[in-house]
Amino acid sequence: MALLEIRNLSVEFATRTGTFRAVDGIDLTVDAGDVVGLVGESGSGKSVTSLALMGLIGRNGRITADRMDFDGRDMRTLSPRERRRLTGKDVAMVFQEPMSSLNPCFTIGFQIIESLRAHERLDRRAARRRAVELLEQVGIPAAESRMSAYPHQLSGGMNQRVMIAMAISCNPRLLIADEPTTALDVTIQKQILDLLVDLQRQRGMALVLITHDMGVVAETAHRVVVMYAGQVVETRAVDELFVHPRHRYTGALLDALPERALGRRRLPTIPGMVPGISDRPQGCLFNPRCAFVQEKCRRETVPLIADETGIARCFFPIESEGGPSA
Amino acid sequence: MIASKAPATAVDGPVIEAVNLKQHFVLRRGPFLPPQVVRAVDGVSFRLPRAQTLAVVGESGCGKSTLARMITMIDPPTSGDLLLQGRPVSEIAPRIRRQTVQMIFQNPFGSLNPRKRVGQILEEPLIVNGEGDREQRREKALLMMSKVGLRPDQYDRYPHMFSGGQRQRIAIARSLMLNPRVVIADEPVSALDVSIQAQVLNLLMDLQDEFGVAYLFISHDLSVVRHIARDVIVMYLGRAVEHGPRDLLFQEPRHPYTRALLAATPMVAPHLRRADRVPMGELPSPLNPPSGCPYHKRCPYTTTLCTTDLPVLRPVAGRLVACHHADELDPMAPVPVS
Ligand SMILES: Nc1ncnc2c1ncn2[C@@H]1O[C@H](COP(=O)(O)OP(=O)(O)OP(=O)(O)O)[C@@H](O)[C@H]1O
Ligand SMILES: Nc1ncnc2c1ncn2[C@@H]1O[C@H](COP(=O)(O)OP(=O)(O)OP(=O)(O)O)[C@@H](O)[C@H]1O
Ligand SMILES: [Mg+2]
Ligand SMILES: [Mg+2]
Repeated sequence: MALLEIRNLSVEFATRTGTFRAVDGIDLTVDAGDVVGLVGESGSGKSVTSLALMGLIGRNGRITADRMDFDGRDMRTLSPRERRRLTGKDVAMVFQEPMSSLNPCFTIGFQIIESLRAHERLDRRAARRRAVELLEQVGIPAAESRMSAYPHQLSGGMNQRVMIAMAISCNPRLLIADEPTTALDVTIQKQILDLLVDLQRQRGMALVLITHDMGVVAETAHRVVVMYAGQVVETRAVDELFVHPRHRYTGALLDALPERALGRRRLPTIPGMVPGISDRPQGCLFNPRCAFVQEKCRRETVPLIADETGIARCFFPIESEGGPSA
Repeated sequence: MIASKAPATAVDGPVIEAVNLKQHFVLRRGPFLPPQVVRAVDGVSFRLPRAQTLAVVGESGCGKSTLARMITMIDPPTSGDLLLQGRPVSEIAPRIRRQTVQMIFQNPFGSLNPRKRVGQILEEPLIVNGEGDREQRREKALLMMSKVGLRPDQYDRYPHMFSGGQRQRIAIARSLMLNPRVVIADEPVSALDVSIQAQVLNLLMDLQDEFGVAYLFISHDLSVVRHIARDVIVMYLGRAVEHGPRDLLFQEPRHPYTRALLAATPMVAPHLRRADRVPMGELPSPLNPPSGCPYHKRCPYTTTLCTTDLPVLRPVAGRLVACHHADELDPMAPVPVS
């Protein structure tokens, strides 16, 4: 049995101009010990997906799903109290904006200790010891003395590490990390990613890693899920995806990486933008930006099509036989 | 590439020459405590020729933005010489200085005034410098908008109506309004995703070809630097530790810190990953720098010499390196994992 099993998850927001479907029928399966990278351009629905899993979609949002199981339990039917117990302990999240999720009125030491004691039977002294240990693990220098610092006294990168310390404090079985290392130096980033991978190896923690840094995904994830305009457009094992992507969107995204353009001066780009509420096209959602678009792509909705190594939502995948030549 | 289009320079030689620039901040801690000195930048030198890109890389707090603020004279250096097109910057009128050096700030969201329309934002530098009449300014703004890929009908829009990439284009357009010789770009693409990043980098390179502008490009993303820079300065605790041509630094880094940064940079292609050990922890405090080599506490090769003597920047294998052991270390062999 998978640790997390999501089927046909959608999230719709009521906006002034109408209903906007930010997440559009995605499936996601995560096993214990899995490291899944979730990638896609800004606005493709990565954060909304993870917030929906945590039950944190605001009032103007509506979540629907055929299935949403964590460890065999249906998350859709949990009472708010059961849900709180689950999220925070078994399922933890590192949010994209660290400042918005730390309370500015309390010291970081107090906040970590409280979160530890809310989920685990620890006396104050043990909780304090553990909190210092966690801060050391995420690479905060002079951890002991930082316990009494308020969030505004620390840099953005430090607060981000405090958030990570809090998220892993209760030994979660699933950690959803939304751009956990974006504000960090490469050296600290490496240290944090190594720590998360250690937790995954030693305790079988599953990790969903949301990032637009393809290098981070390539070095950390086992499997990659590519999202576009609220949909999953490709899923594949990490080595396979970076060596031979099938979806034209994945291909275009990887081509834009400077490291792939060694020797070439101009970087290939993708024209246009991720569609918003008013410009969702007919057929394949990527078709207005695709260099390989065919008539069929403009007319017909594309299903996820299985191939030897994964799935892709593309009628004319890269290097497929019988497809149009580039 | 299109050299004929570029306006002719009055002087040959570098557009910026920096000699031993220092920025020491004095922190007063109260009436009874002696003031402390933060050596945010402690002796950086470089020459930046026209139409070229010099990148500055290093960890948070190493002094990159401080260096940028010295060169734009937002915070004049506490010591050292700064020459713009061969003339000491102190002898140049502010108006000319602004015409010569412009800056793109680290944060594309904070640096654009939300109450001003794009047109006003772009025309502001012209007004400050007293250039052109209303109609000429408008024309120039529209021209620059087209150069950076914004449409004329966006002239009257406010910054919040644009995406992150478009806002960065506005910031770039503004920095070019006075036809500067040099643009200091502080992390111009770090807030952007891969596809927009590619657009902005292409734009910067195109504008360099067209106007001959030189860039001082500050970034912590080494794969971006590798793409855009001709020369690279690696900074550590306010000093340059390695400085030289891009390909030499990327292919045969000599300073252990350069190697560590390269090893820590995640790469998609396995053959581009380096197996060096990455230092733990972070930069020491500039208030209380270590004795000897500032990197010695994190360096896997530290010897007694490193704990006592500050290494000077010296030529080694085609670039400058500040490491006592630079010529002994095999640049290709992985660092031992201790
Ligand atoms: N509360 C909300 N109300 C209306 N629309 C929303 C809301 N939250 C998110 N959206 C929209 O949903 C879409 C997906 O947003 P999301 O934050 O998931 O993107 P993302 O993939 O995480 O992007 P990024 O890489 O920039 O973080 C966006 O178009 C966003 O504007
Ligand atoms: N006005 C100031 N007064 C005192 N110290 C300062 C001042 N400005 C900067 N510093 C210190 O100088 C050092 C260098 O700061 P700087 O902002 O140049 O770093 P940076 O390399 O740009 O870092 P980042 O990558 O985080 O932007 C830091 O230790 C900083 O705290
Ligand atoms: Mg997001
Ligand atoms: Mg800075």
